Amino acid sequence: MPAVESTYHREFPVKGGDFAKAGAAACEIKELLKDLGLAPATVRRAAIVAYEAEMNVIMYAWEARIGLTVSLDEVRLTVDDRGPGIPNIELALTEGYSTATAEMRELGFGAGMGLPNIKRNADVFAIDSEVGRGTRLDITIRMNGHKP
Amino acid sequence: MIVLKDVLALLEGELLTPASPPETPLPKVFASDLMSDVLSSAEPGSLLLTGLANVHVVSTCSVADLAGVVFVQGKRPAPDVVLQALSRNLPLVATKLTMFEACSRIARFIEDGGHARR
Repeated sequence: MPAVESTYHREFPVKGGDFAKAGAAACEIKELLKDLGLAPATVRRAAIVAYEAEMNVIMYAWEARIGLTVSLDEVRLTVDDRGPGIPNIELALTEGYSTATAEMRELGFGAGMGLPNIKRNADVFAIDSEVGRGTRLDITIRMNGHKP
Repeated sequence: MIVLKDVLALLEGELLTPASPPETPLPKVFASDLMSDVLSSAEPGSLLLTGLANVHVVSTCSVADLAGVVFVQGKRPAPDVVLQALSRNLPLVATKLTMFEACSRIARFIEDGGHARR
């Protein structure tokens, strides 16, 4: 009989501009992964990715869904947003490059570290963006990964 | 290793989360007002010193497994921030010292190997 691979999937809606709820999705994802018994280092990496992605949506996009899929050997996070998109992805991935407003910076964010932080914590990182439509992130964190 | 009660004594600090255990270990220390720097560079278990006092500090510490927060230079978080910290067992300390003075005192204590422990 073939082995049954169990996967867990859930989606978390995030609203752009909703600073009051910032971090709610990431904290819920972290608790879920802890409850699933994942190693603390893997949980931390996934939580950081989810949190930075959630903050990006809140700061720049209109709305998004963060998809969490956990299988035996990896955690996958997808972020599909409806938003202005990123005109120059290479630039957006440069540490320190930011288009954040002064208000965002006062909150402790917008230092141009969001996407680079996500990439650092990912074993597989893919980004696709269309100006005027939105951005899609697809992140894989392997259970046996060693980043960062 | 520095523990919470050392931090309170060294920084003349006020514990905003009274239920936090005084012996809470704080094996590392990190200072920043940039939460992305905390997410990228602070090690798990660190004590964070910051001049930022909003709810994102608590969320960031929770996500990155930090063990406590010191708000420097007389900054005080709003009651809802303290409530969030309580729900996540995150000790919060307020001090009137500047960031530089607070960091200096902790660094001296660590260099001294904790011998100045009261």
